[in-house]
Amino acid sequence: MAVGTQYLAEQPRLRTTSFVLGGVALAALLAAPFFFYPIFLMSILCFALFACAFNLLIGYVGLLSFGHAAFFGGAAYFTAHAVKVWGWEPLSGILLGAAGAAGMGLIIGFLAIRRQGIYFAMITLALSQMFAFICLQAPFTHGEDGIQGVPRGHLLGIIDLNQPHAMYYLTLAIFLFGLFAIWRIVNSPFGNILKAIRENERRAISLGYRVDRYKLGAFVMSAALAGLAGGTKAIVFQFATLTDVQWQMSGEVILMTLLGGIGTMIGPIVGAGLVIALQNYLASSQFPVTVLIGIIFVICVLLFRRGIVGEILEFMKRKPKGTA
Amino acid sequence: MSNAPLLEVRGLNAWYGESHVLHGVDLDIREGETVTLLGRNGAGKTTTLRAIMGILRRREGVIRLRDKDLLALPLHKVAQAGIGYVPEERGIFASLTVAENLTLPPNVSDGGMSIDEIYTLFPNLHERRSSQGTKLSGGEQQMLAIARILRTGAKIILLDEPTEGLAPVIVQRIGDVLIALKERGMTILLVEQNFRFARKVADRFYLMEDGRMVNSFPGHELDARMDELHEVLGV
Amino acid sequence: MSTIFGIPTPALYGQILIGLINGSFYAMLSLGLAVIFGLLRVINFTHGAQYMLGAFAAYLLLTYAGISYWPSLVLAPLLVGAVAIVIERFMLRRLYGLDPLYGLLLTFGLALIFEGAFRHWFGAAGKPYAPPAQLTGALNLGFMFMPIYRGWVVAASLFVCLGTWLLIEKTRLGAYLRAATENATLVQAFGVNVPLLLTLTYGLGAALAALAGVLAAPIYQVSPLMGSNLIIVVFAVVVVGGMGSILGAIVTGYVLGVLEGLTKVFYPEASSIVIFVIMAIVLLVRPAGLFGREE
Repeated sequence: MAVGTQYLAEQPRLRTTSFVLGGVALAALLAAPFFFYPIFLMSILCFALFACAFNLLIGYVGLLSFGHAAFFGGAAYFTAHAVKVWGWEPLSGILLGAAGAAGMGLIIGFLAIRRQGIYFAMITLALSQMFAFICLQAPFTHGEDGIQGVPRGHLLGIIDLNQPHAMYYLTLAIFLFGLFAIWRIVNSPFGNILKAIRENERRAISLGYRVDRYKLGAFVMSAALAGLAGGTKAIVFQFATLTDVQWQMSGEVILMTLLGGIGTMIGPIVGAGLVIALQNYLASSQFPVTVLIGIIFVICVLLFRRGIVGEILEFMKRKPKGTA
Repeated sequence: MSNAPLLEVRGLNAWYGESHVLHGVDLDIREGETVTLLGRNGAGKTTTLRAIMGILRRREGVIRLRDKDLLALPLHKVAQAGIGYVPEERGIFASLTVAENLTLPPNVSDGGMSIDEIYTLFPNLHERRSSQGTKLSGGEQQMLAIARILRTGAKIILLDEPTEGLAPVIVQRIGDVLIALKERGMTILLVEQNFRFARKVADRFYLMEDGRMVNSFPGHELDARMDELHEVLGV
Repeated sequence: MSTIFGIPTPALYGQILIGLINGSFYAMLSLGLAVIFGLLRVINFTHGAQYMLGAFAAYLLLTYAGISYWPSLVLAPLLVGAVAIVIERFMLRRLYGLDPLYGLLLTFGLALIFEGAFRHWFGAAGKPYAPPAQLTGALNLGFMFMPIYRGWVVAASLFVCLGTWLLIEKTRLGAYLRAATENATLVQAFGVNVPLLLTLTYGLGAALAALAGVLAAPIYQVSPLMGSNLIIVVFAVVVVGGMGSILGAIVTGYVLGVLEGLTKVFYPEASSIVIFVIMAIVLLVRPAGLFGREE
């Protein structure tokens, strides 16, 4: 994205193109439930938002969190509990999930930002594993069973979310809101300071920025948005289980982002779509999904570290130079 | 002393990333000679040593030791071919004792000094052989950095600013060591800012500016060229 | 029956022994991680999978080739070490000089491949592996009965840790390793074949994990996922100890294992998270780790 936006800004023709493409994409998203299973689409939207939230941290601050499942899965538990046990309205349940994830982000982030780079990744992984153990034992999460049979209920007490299309458009609205929020964060003065920290942390410190505060701020925002995705998923699928808080889930969101393109706006969406589609496709075959995910990881790291969208942007950037 | 150069550098170009730092450097050192590179900070002296050694990998041109082409060799093969390197920062390892630092570089040929000879030449190192390497004083660390290369039987030593930041009495001592090495027939390529020191040991001088060799002259002409040098070096 | 703080002493000693055994595995694994990280700047996520592969190698050697525990103790680490050498040569090597996060992601992917493939072939359920006949039974220590195999594991791991420490601190190869950890380029400029040293180090670290796996096979069951949860705890151990010191990694491993065992006695609900809690506290008090240097 850092590359992408600047590039688009310099190229008015491409800017128009990207607006057109964005319009087409939006129309496609609005029409999609008439052509595909809404539940499949909603799954992609939830994971796409999750991946975008994760990408906010690695792509724009350069922090690799290996514990984002805690926010995604934790929010799913909070939302499911609020809606099922307390009888909350679904949207407020989702917002509570996001708020809970933000709170967890504050705690985990506060500890993790005390170390950098590789240690940061290990600490977030360890703390999220701790949270997974708590979820296994705490009474309100119901251990191995998870929280099942969460009612979708009525949005604001009016719209029946048991209607697949109603649920889909709510999910789409939340997804677009999340994406807009990320776009605003990245292109704000705050976002520019984050990018400066990613480029050169020492220089940012010497310029007088309280780097730790900015990192923590970004971490909490990323956690909250991951929680928004997780809470939505709990309403869509009507359950919250251990699967979503475990380290494998943190690995999956890393893969989605890496595959699509770290630091690009739409890369994580592409990556999430591909990974979910692949998992759906393989669910009926004999091939072990974990192995395939591992193989994609290895190929991405060795052969195209920019990811699919990142490589395409790089290719487009080179091409005009060659033809000019 | 034969007339064919021991080390021959022809048209050496080198790059740090995208920036072109050496521009067609030529250099010859005959066996037993001590040659000194002079130049301002940033003229490319250290870079020349690093490029010869192969620490700087992006290079073009010719680097030959006797008849062996060094340019294509991986770094450790360059050392094994007989080039010893004493870096500017000395490179004493903190996690190794003085004795371990001394014996770290593997032997590259049989002609090296024995440990006993080295301890005779550098009695301080013997005294402090079981201390942590970086606990030595700056001067002792420099002695250690030189001593460990003498042990390996390297044919030629690349010595980067051995007197930098050291007290005059230590500089004197290092000068004595280099003279002793010359008498043993060691070949030395020295980078040095300190004229007075270099004049005592150097047979020939090369003058570098902006990554190019701009002049070369025999050691005895140093005094006569002092004014010219002051101008180029801005001392 | 005598008690301490209301806990029967045999139960207390029993949990301390279990803690010591877990600590043995933490120590061996964090030692390997620290050595690999020191030289290669790679956090080896595959370490847990390599531990699992070691256990499986012993199991498969016994089941399909009739090769018993003792030869497996040597053969399994050799096999896993050989696989690791191939990984270093063809994959890890291409990532040196890049952000260390890529090494973490690559080895994470490899761990998924190994674990997924073994789960596909052998199922998730654990497979029993009997301890060798010479080490069955229990020893009466006077204050408790100790299963001989468990005593053997603690002794063997102490021996392995001490041996590795001596190898690194007292030998020429170890001196190369320490020096290259500080400044690999300079060591190579002295004529040491550093690329080879990196390959051997990764192979050695993986072999160490595999050896721990063989030792673990008769205690925990052999299962494809036995390494993945363990490795995350070991990461926490490494964060607590700091990776700057080999001895620090070993000591932290044993101490945290015993603390975990004690927690099982006094507050069992917290036993699975106590190491993470300690990690959090250490991060607050001493962010660089107990034996670490600020990087």
